[in-house]
Amino acid sequence: MPFTIPKERWTAQVQTTTIGAPEADGGTRTSTVTVGGEQTLPFLHFEGETPNPPVIAIEVLDEAPTGWPEPLLKHYQEVLGDPAAWAQKAVAEFGADMICLRLVSANPDGTNASADDCAETIQSVLKAVGVPLIIWGCGDDDKDNEIMPFCSQAAAGERCVLGSATQDNYKTICASALADGHLIVNESPLDINIQKQVNILVTDMGMDLNDIIMYQITGALGYGVEYAYSILERTRLAALGGDKMLQMPMLSIVGSEAWRVKEAWQSEEEAPEWGPLDKRGIMWEVATASLFLHAGTDILVMWHPEAVARLHDLIAELIASPQA
Amino acid sequence: MALTAMDIYKNLPKTNCGDCGVPTCLAFAMKLAQKQASLDECPHITEEAKEALSGSSAPPMKIITIGTGEKALKIGGETVLFRHEETFHHPCGIAIQVNSNLPEDELRQQISTICETEFDRVGMTFRLDLVALVDNDGNLPAAAAVAQQVSSLPLILVSDDPQAVRAALEVCAEDRPLICAADADNFAEMTGLAQEFSCPLAIRGETLEQLYELSEKALEAGVADLILDSSACDSSSVLQDQTTIRRAAIKEKVKPLGFPTIGIAIGDDEIDKVTSGCELIAKYAGIVVTDLLTRDTLLPLITARLNIYTDPQKPIQVESGVYEVGEPDAKSPVLITTNFSLTYYTVEADVSAGHLDAWIVVVDTEGTSVLTAWAAEDFTPEIIAKTIKECGIEDKVDHRIGVLPGGVAVLSGDLEEASGWQIVVGPRESSGIPAFFKPEYTQRIG
Ligand code: B12
Ligand code: SF4
Repeated sequence: MPFTIPKERWTAQVQTTTIGAPEADGGTRTSTVTVGGEQTLPFLHFEGETPNPPVIAIEVLDEAPTGWPEPLLKHYQEVLGDPAAWAQKAVAEFGADMICLRLVSANPDGTNASADDCAETIQSVLKAVGVPLIIWGCGDDDKDNEIMPFCSQAAAGERCVLGSATQDNYKTICASALADGHLIVNESPLDINIQKQVNILVTDMGMDLNDIIMYQITGALGYGVEYAYSILERTRLAALGGDKMLQMPMLSIVGSEAWRVKEAWQSEEEAPEWGPLDKRGIMWEVATASLFLHAGTDILVMWHPEAVARLHDLIAELIASPQA
Repeated sequence: MALTAMDIYKNLPKTNCGDCGVPTCLAFAMKLAQKQASLDECPHITEEAKEALSGSSAPPMKIITIGTGEKALKIGGETVLFRHEETFHHPCGIAIQVNSNLPEDELRQQISTICETEFDRVGMTFRLDLVALVDNDGNLPAAAAVAQQVSSLPLILVSDDPQAVRAALEVCAEDRPLICAADADNFAEMTGLAQEFSCPLAIRGETLEQLYELSEKALEAGVADLILDSSACDSSSVLQDQTTIRRAAIKEKVKPLGFPTIGIAIGDDEIDKVTSGCELIAKYAGIVVTDLLTRDTLLPLITARLNIYTDPQKPIQVESGVYEVGEPDAKSPVLITTNFSLTYYTVEADVSAGHLDAWIVVVDTEGTSVLTAWAAEDFTPEIIAKTIKECGIEDKVDHRIGVLPGGVAVLSGDLEEASGWQIVVGPRESSGIPAFFKPEYTQRIG
């Protein structure tokens, strides 16, 4: 019996979504990002097309973080507290395809920055870089509902991605995105049914399916990958199987999750059983990101420049045809 | 047609000798029915019974045993492509490459280090699984002799040279090493050796087609325990080959491909090798070979394997109750947490690292983390209060102060009411516990 490669006949494909608007489309972006369109499980070129490689957004915080470990800190030291410079460095030096701007300063338990301050930050970042933006609130629902309309307005027409809409809190952000021509991230806690529900809720409000990115919560290697990996995989299977409400591109937040993990930052004195510290965090971020890539994610939000470079290489290798 | 456990049981020796690794023939029959075991794990089964059962009981991917007795590693026997359909059963083996032309004392040293390497995570100890001796100018037999004495792990004999493999097998065949590998050039000799010495054999094809043909030929020649190597190097090929082999085995029951695979974590440096290793672990490899030796590089691989081979339906749990860290007494602090292993052991490790003596009250939340349990209403004031009352902590301490994880600070008021204890809100992350206690708690109790 001769051997033939068993192929799946998928009935559908992932949605194609473009982020960022160039001048011709009413924005100021000098580059845009297109994700999605996969006709098969990740990178199985013998079976279907992967027209758009996954992309990497580098996360920029609008105020200096506390407690970053040295191996991470040293790459960003001089730009911390200056989101525009941070974003510029991420694009020019570290090759970010996008910037994921997180407005931590708005948090009422912290600096409690005003909506105007946040809007100003966004404008400065838009000026500093030409790549598309993902703009994320501070995580406090009430405050985010207060600032997001202003933030959205400040970037009107740029086709940014606004984050995030959840089952319990989606109306304000959705209305803002609709008003100003942005996309949104729909978030759910590792639960496909909730993800679908949020997607339905925002489309009921008039959101176009093509303007949605899915985020199903990321857990780091050793701290949730066992769940997140399969949720991504199951969602992608549902998309290829024809479930219209789960066909949007997927996003994974890797940097902040990986570097929060003790294995990434705990000193050699505290944890001699784990070996030297200098590469541990990078490897933790790379390993986490690479697993999600294999599970089907389209957008990786990352921190360490070395990890970003490794993932860019890996994506290039996976998107290429197998070398026979 | 699939046989039931009872049908299978009727054909087993019914002696309950336990040699198959489970205590009774019935238990073994149940495993066979679920395709989680393979018939030849019962050494006492009769030929007729084998005949009667083999067609229906064999998992679509054979379970292969490398090594013997205590040392044995079982891989394969997987039944699905996606782990949410059913868990993956036999975690892939991590094999560390050792060069056989090392000076003897170095060789000894390296092998012992590999065998002694341990990682503690979530209350379990993880080890490396195999030592892969790589032939170098015919040095394999000498190295095998050393390894046989020193190694507590099963061996892989890596060589294209049947001469060298034969000499090595003469030294260590009784330990059932994996012969790696038979390819198109040495096929007859290598399959001959696998038969003569009853050892598992890796088959290497330049392409999937060639791998398939060689495997088919090996089966015809009567070599039944195979491991497949498709020679893929770049990530894209690895992914394609691994997926194809797994699909062919599980979905199409293609016999020559119904075996676990072996792959090498390749890369220009350590980080690339870790990345490559992660791909192999996630994408179906039965054995991942690597020359990584340092703990910081092996830790992500060990962890990735743990994650991929954990059944997401069944979180790893600890029993609820009172636990001691250090040598707590009646005045020591009482910490409250959930029975998710990851949560409990994270807290426990942080308390130990701070050299604190403390009691930990573990609430049964069906193995979920603090925030997950809170969101799922498995970590409510009533449930926590009940545990405090029933676990016996009130007899062990003469104070009534409990520390709650910072993430669920909102519970503290209601919990005080429900339990009659004073509740102190601790830090969000347990890594903050040592710093939190040093000044504050001593004052509180003091
Ligand atoms: C993996 C995961 C799951 C897994 C379950 C994992 C498990 N076995 O618990 C699954 C997929 C099943 C799941 C399900 C759900 N989840 Co969930 N899940 C996560 C995730 C990604 C990681 C959780 C984890 O493992 N953390 C690691 C452990 C070690 O953390 P921990 O237990 O909190 O312990 C730390 C601290 O609390 C502290 N600590 C612990 N004990 C103690 C004790 C003391 C004294 C002190 C001082 C400190 C302390 O130290 C520890 C280390 O830092 C988080 C998001 C995230 N990235 O954190 C969401 C998260 C916890 N889940 C969430 C939700 C809502 C859910 C669901 C309710 C969603 C749903 N409706 O389906 C379900 C409920 C499950 C159910 N019905 O049984 C929310 C909770 C929201 C909130 N803040 O209340 C989170 C935060 C995600 C989110 N942002 O929405 N989840
Ligand atoms: S080894 Fe065979 S005879 Fe012994 S208990 Fe297992 S199934 Fe029964």
